[in-house]
Amino acid sequence: MGLSKEQIAQRIAKELKDGYYVNLGIGIPTLVANFIPEGINVVLQSENGLLGMGPFPEEGKEDADLINAGKQTITTLPGSAIFDSAMSFGMIRAGKVHLTVLGAMEVADNGDIANWKIPNKMVKGMGGAMDLVAAAKNIIVAMQHTNPKGESKLLSKCTLPLTGIQCVTKIVTDLGVFEVTPEGFRCTEHAPDVTIEEIKAKTAGRLVIADDIKAVVV
Amino acid sequence: MSINKVVAGPKEAVQDIQDGATIMFGGFGLCGLPENCIAALVEKGVSNLTCISNNAGVDDFGIGLMLHKKQLKKMIASYVGENAEFERQLLSGELEVELIPQGTLATRCLIAGYGIPFVPVLAGVGTEVAEGKETVTRNGKEYLIEEAFDAEFAIVKAWKGDTMGNLIFKDTARNFNPLMAMAGKTTIAEVEELVQPGELDPNMIHTPGIYVHRIFQGTNYEKRIEQRTVRKK
Repeated sequence: MGLSKEQIAQRIAKELKDGYYVNLGIGIPTLVANFIPEGINVVLQSENGLLGMGPFPEEGKEDADLINAGKQTITTLPGSAIFDSAMSFGMIRAGKVHLTVLGAMEVADNGDIANWKIPNKMVKGMGGAMDLVAAAKNIIVAMQHTNPKGESKLLSKCTLPLTGIQCVTKIVTDLGVFEVTPEGFRCTEHAPDVTIEEIKAKTAGRLVIADDIKAVVV
Repeated sequence: MSINKVVAGPKEAVQDIQDGATIMFGGFGLCGLPENCIAALVEKGVSNLTCISNNAGVDDFGIGLMLHKKQLKKMIASYVGENAEFERQLLSGELEVELIPQGTLATRCLIAGYGIPFVPVLAGVGTEVAEGKETVTRNGKEYLIEEAFDAEFAIVKAWKGDTMGNLIFKDTARNFNPLMAMAGKTTIAEVEELVQPGELDPNMIHTPGIYVHRIFQGTNYEKRIEQRTVRKK
């Protein structure tokens, strides 16, 4: 079974600290905004030029001039700030954004990530992914542990074109939580109904099971 | 008398854009697009264009309208999804595409407007974006050398502007607009509301008029929404 997409997002939300500025990618990462813990104040950055991204507008209040990086209509919040795309990536490059959460097609046990291109298929482009992974100090990947064919997405070396090198710090999948360490993927938490044997079987890269491994609490 | 950059409309604004021109377009997705000038370029029928913009529009809106008329030779962008005609032309070899990381795209506009010829960036190091690029190493870290854009024309959309070319953008329709405004050799601005000098607060100007060469008040903005997302009342 493993964790649902919502549970993956819920687990990642526990990584948020009060005062964090956070960039959430498209897909499961976007769901993290729904699980921000009580008492934790964070500011969401949208790389098209907004700090302080609010919820979707009420029906009838959509504004074409106010969208997020996924091109969805959104709202601002008290204290929001708008800026241009160069400043947006400037603050990312300068390390002002504390946490970036994004999806991936593959992650290698040295922290390399591939999430923008499948050769011989339509190439849509990297958008802001390469800038984010090159700059952010704290990158958490939210993804399914295996691809639709059942093959591991946690590898010793990425097979797809890279988005960035040695940049991922943590991965939360449907099977558990994995830190990227010099020894490889370090599994610190497993999904409640998933065995360590299953995690081992479905992880192709170097894997270390933490001595104090525990079940994910969601 | 003050400097007056006003032109009658989109047709006059783009009249000297010829076949083979390189044009930057402000906007992110369908947000903050210079709709009037795109329509005028479609009407004018110029071809063989190189377009620099974050996205390529959708099939029947934005730069997609020019793609439909096969006016583009090359597209330089960071993300070109959601566009079937783009995909068809790319796969058939009719259209060339160069994909650039979004922050690098923005920065290459910025430095063009700041008079800086190139900049070291981390984005793309160790990926295929780095292929063939000059690099520089500082404190053990490798950077790619990225060049300032050199585009004949930039076309942007602002919320308000005055006859001297000073611009104010609204919400996230700002995006690439002020950057591309700075980067064009000739910059054309279309605005929702054109006012006289003195009517805009100098403290609130996003793009000083020195970067803008032609300005006009646009009409009939559709402002299409790509992903309409709402919550229950």
